[in-house]
Parts: sequence; structure tokens; C-alpha cells
Amino acid sequence: MTEELTRPKKKNPILRTRLPTLPPGARSRVALGLTAAAAEGRFALQSCRDCGAIQYPPREACQECLSLRLSWKKQTTTGELLAQTVLHHSNDLFFRERLPWRLGLVKLDCGPTVVAHLHSGIADAPVRVHVSARLDRAGQAVIVATPDKESTMAEDRQMREFTCDPKFRKVLVTDGKSPLGQALINSLAKAGADLIWVGHSEPWKKFPGFDELKKIPQVTLIPLDVTDSKSVRELAAEIGGKVDILVNNAEFHRAFGIVNRAGVETARAEMDVNYFGLLRLAQEFGPAMRARGADGQAGAVAWVNLLSIYALANFPSHGTYSASKAAAHSLAQCLRAEMRPAGVRVVNLFPGPIDDEWNQLLEPPKLSPENLARAAVNALRDGIEDVYPGDVAQEWLERWRDNPKALEKELSS
Amino acid sequence: MSILLQLAKELTLGKIKVVDLTQTLAPEFPSISLPPEMGQAWPFRIEEVSRYDERGPAWYWNNFSCGEHTGTHFDAPIHWISGKDLPGNAVDSIPPERFIGPACVIDCSKEAAKDADFLLTKEFITTWEKKYGRIPPRAWVLMRTDWSKKWDEVRDPVQYQNYDETGQHTPGPDVGAVRFLVEEREVLGFGTESIGTDAGQASHLRPPYPCHYYMHGAGRYGLQCLTNLDLLPPVGALVVAAPLKIRNGSGSPLRVIALVESQ
Repeated sequence: MTEELTRPKKKNPILRTRLPTLPPGARSRVALGLTAAAAEGRFALQSCRDCGAIQYPPREACQECLSLRLSWKKQTTTGELLAQTVLHHSNDLFFRERLPWRLGLVKLDCGPTVVAHLHSGIADAPVRVHVSARLDRAGQAVIVATPDKESTMAEDRQMREFTCDPKFRKVLVTDGKSPLGQALINSLAKAGADLIWVGHSEPWKKFPGFDELKKIPQVTLIPLDVTDSKSVRELAAEIGGKVDILVNNAEFHRAFGIVNRAGVETARAEMDVNYFGLLRLAQEFGPAMRARGADGQAGAVAWVNLLSIYALANFPSHGTYSASKAAAHSLAQCLRAEMRPAGVRVVNLFPGPIDDEWNQLLEPPKLSPENLARAAVNALRDGIEDVYPGDVAQEWLERWRDNPKALEKELSS
Repeated sequence: MSILLQLAKELTLGKIKVVDLTQTLAPEFPSISLPPEMGQAWPFRIEEVSRYDERGPAWYWNNFSCGEHTGTHFDAPIHWISGKDLPGNAVDSIPPERFIGPACVIDCSKEAAKDADFLLTKEFITTWEKKYGRIPPRAWVLMRTDWSKKWDEVRDPVQYQNYDETGQHTPGPDVGAVRFLVEEREVLGFGTESIGTDAGQASHLRPPYPCHYYMHGAGRYGLQCLTNLDLLPPVGALVVAAPLKIRNGSGSPLRVIALVESQ
């Protein structure tokens, strides 16, 4: 049965903090197709372009006709649980610490039969189930079955390993001054975050929304300037060992590319916040979060970066900003690799233009801060790693995947 | 005995005290804030190069960065449009004898405590002169407001900057006071304890920022973010304020000290 998630007990300070372990993480290159789709929250399987067969597990060739012409296609997410078992013994360190563990065979409506991790709310076989591909703590896709599409992952002991749900977790939002920061804080508070530390730089500049923020009971305002190594270091020393989810939304954004702005100072400020800010935070908070990857029910689970769809291809009218986001994207990939051994997920947000003061002169559609915040919280809940929220981001992504060179040419005209 | 040897002796004996008028350069010290669409001065930032570790086993050192107008700093005439074409208007070309001068300290601390927007007037200065004598040529005029205590004593950047939705509220001189000091007293420059030699609301004066406009237009200097002005006598202190020799620099952070004779 599904147990309602309860607030984790306070940590017993005389016990050693358990070290993080990971489920088996090795995958063939072809099997990474499942992970690539799951990273965006899609369930895709290999489909043969010659005979139409859909297959699992992933292979180099079609198991029906031996064709090599396979492509990853989005599939329906329903099936029937054929059989189930409960694992009571494992030599794998990750599962050994989490026994008993419920698994089953699911016959998918699209064809293949798959091994799936089972939500405790699923009745005994045979029974209809909903399936999805989820990233596990090793960052690799596994197939998960739930009673239905709406089942809450965080309320289930096993399923919680696949999510980074903010409920009962302690979160740091690095910039509370921006409309997006405030939308994120509201969404996280609504999602049940226990405590939200909110950074604000240049404390002498009182910002719109300051008084409303102070009224949210979970919120603690703290001075934080990601351009100041000392500020980042001291905050990490103070609260680094308590942050379960770090949301780095601090950014510096000005319009223009190369010829329309003299000098390098604005571009440098963009790099200092958008790139070096991430580096400073990662150097100071990363080690503390890595050490708490398995700290009981409320260990460190996720790191969220505000990037931009312009990180994929330069948007020349916001050219230096695009460059700083591309740099941040590259560094976020490094961070993801370095956080992986602890099972801490790095979630990258790639929004199109946000409806804020620095995009004032861009025509709609623009993504509202509230919608972006909702997408970020949903990504944490669903265990998604790469988020392309909104129509503009989706459209750019599609064009970029189809032909990056064509997108570059389109954007330069 | 020569004057300088006498001075050195008095310093050793402690008969002449040295007062440090400088705020410590630190990342958290409040910095000048302009509207966000304008270019911004860097705040003070510091990164460790090594500290007796694998990056340098026997030595400790840092790299720091900041704008020319960071912390306790000196304003050269070239800083303002009115002084842009004057000879010797940048920190590297100012004659070095200008870096030492007597100080007249005008105590406005009571007035500033009552009114953050207090403006020093010509009348206030002439009243001061009746008590302490005429301001000599080539003297620094330092406006004591005890504003520095908002940082020194309570470390409160909000109080020190004192912004509201109409901008900054800090004391400074009015147009008449500046013109009087420049035209009738030939001062070396004007110094304050807040960020800016002008008042926080000086953009609404005519001309805007009169202290910058007239002082620099006449080749005079500015000192700001000073501290410890309450330890100086109204007259008799000698200020040493030598900015960094930056080619064509508009100002620089610097160590400002004052020599004061013991009573």
C-alpha cells in the first residue's frame, strides 16, 4: 500500500551519515536512447523502420527482421502486469540497502514485455498499469510501473528513489529578487518544501516583492552574491550541509551582441554571474551535497540550473548573453558528471525568452515566470533532467535537433 | 633640526598621531549603484591565488578586482565631463604635492543625524569660519557627518546606502557651498563619509551633482567613503591622500591618513 509521506525525523547527529550508493549504471550506447528520452520525460522505444516492430531491451538490430534501420519513437504508456516478485536479497549495494524491492513483468500495449519497478499501489497481477521511463539515482533510465498516470511518486518508498520531489525538503534559491525567483519560491512552498533559503545580492536595494517573500513562513532571506567567492563560501559553510535542492536562478541578462555595445564590461558581468557564479556555487556547495546523497529520506537530491535555449544556438540580438549561457551549459554537464557518484541529479532548464524586463522588446510568445517555475517543480517531481519549457524552447529544440547549422543560419538572418 | 626630521621624531614619540581615514576594502562593502541599464563599476572582489598549499607551498597571496571608484577612493577632475580637458586632470598627471594638504573638518553630524538629506550651505561654512578661522587655500574640506558609523559600528549596508523608491538619501553640499569653496576659498578638494562627494539626491540639484561638476571643473579633487573624521580636530590636521598611478585614471581606491598633533 502507498504510505503517505511523512516529515522525515530530525537527523540523529551521533550516527555516521551513510555514503551514497548507485544502482547499476552501465549501459550500451544504444541503450542510452531510453535514457535520452527519459531525461526529457518521454517514454520512447526502438521501432523498426522496415517491419514496424517495437522492441525492448534496446539492440543494434531489429529482433524480427535484422534491419539496422531502428529509430527511437514515443510509445503509449499502458500495459498489463503479468507477474510480480519481491526481492529480499541482493548483492548490489544500492538495492541491498533498500530491500524489500518489488519488481514485475509488464506486457506493454505497444508490444514488448518489460521488467519494471513496481509502485506499491499496484494490485496483484494481472492488472492494468501505467508505465514510464524514469532516471534512477545513477542517472540511467529504468522502466517504472504505477497504478495510473496520476500516481504520486513521492508518496511511495520505492518510487521516491526516482524523484527529487521538494516536499519536506530544504531548498536554496540563489536569487529571490527576480520575478522568476519569486515564482520559484511560491511553487516550491506550494509543493511542500520545508525550508527555503532565498539569496539576495546588494541588500541595500529593496526589490519589488520583498515584503511578500518575507510573509512566506518557509522563507529565510540570506545575503548571497554569486560574484563574490567569499559570500558563496561563507553561506556554504553555514548551510551547505543542509541544502537538499539547490536552485541556481541567479542570472545577468542584457540585450545586444558584439557591434551594438561598446566594451566588454556587460559581457563580463554576464559571464561572472551566469558562468563563474555557477562555478563558485558548485565548488562550495557541491562537496557538501555530494556527501549527503544518501542522508536518509531527506538527503541532497537535486541541483537546478537556469540556462536558456540560447545555450544551444546563439541568438545574435542577445549574443553575449547566449555565449554566457552556452558556457554555463557546458559547466553544468561537468557538474552533472561530478554529482553523479552521489546520485544528486542536475536539472537544466532551457527556457525561451522569459516575460521579464530584459525581454521587454521581444514579441510574444514569452514564458511567464510562473509557468517556468511550475515546469521546474514538475521536473523535480518527475525526475526530469533537461527541461525545455514553453513553445519557443520546444520549437528551437526541434529545429536544432533537426539541423543545427540550419538553425544557425535562420537565426543570423 | 630640519622640519622633516623633527616630524619623524614627533611621530616616533607619539606626539603626532596618525589617524586612518580609510574603510577596509572588502567584498561586502557597499558599492556605487547606477541604474541597471548603465555601465557599472566593479565592486571589490578577491580570489585566493595560494595559501601555503599545493597552489604555492610557502606563500599566501590574492588577486583582487575593483573599479576605480570603490571603497574609500579619490576622484580626479577627469572623472567628470566638466574636468575632462583640464591639464593634469588624471591620477597619473596630478602634481604629487597635491596629495598632501591641511584639512578643515566641518562637523555636520547633528544635522545629518536629523536629516539624511542634509545639505551643507555657504552660511553653514561661514559660521564655522567665524569659530575656527578662514579656510586656507589648498586645503581639504572634509564634511563630517558620522555617516561612516552606519558601516563601522553596525555594519548595515541598508542604512549606509539609505535607498528608498526615490533613490539614495545621504548628506552632501549644496550648489552655493561648492561654488563658495571653489571660487572663494580655492580648496584642494572636498571629502565625505558617504558614497559620493555629492548628496544622495544631488541628481535633482541644478546643476546635477554640483560637487562633481564644480570641483572637477575647477581641477579640484574628491574623497569619499572616509571614516574616523570624528577623530580629527576642526583645523590643524594634515591629510595624505595619494591615489594609485593609473594611466589616465579617473580615480582610485587609496589609503587616506591624517597627521594630528597631540594636545
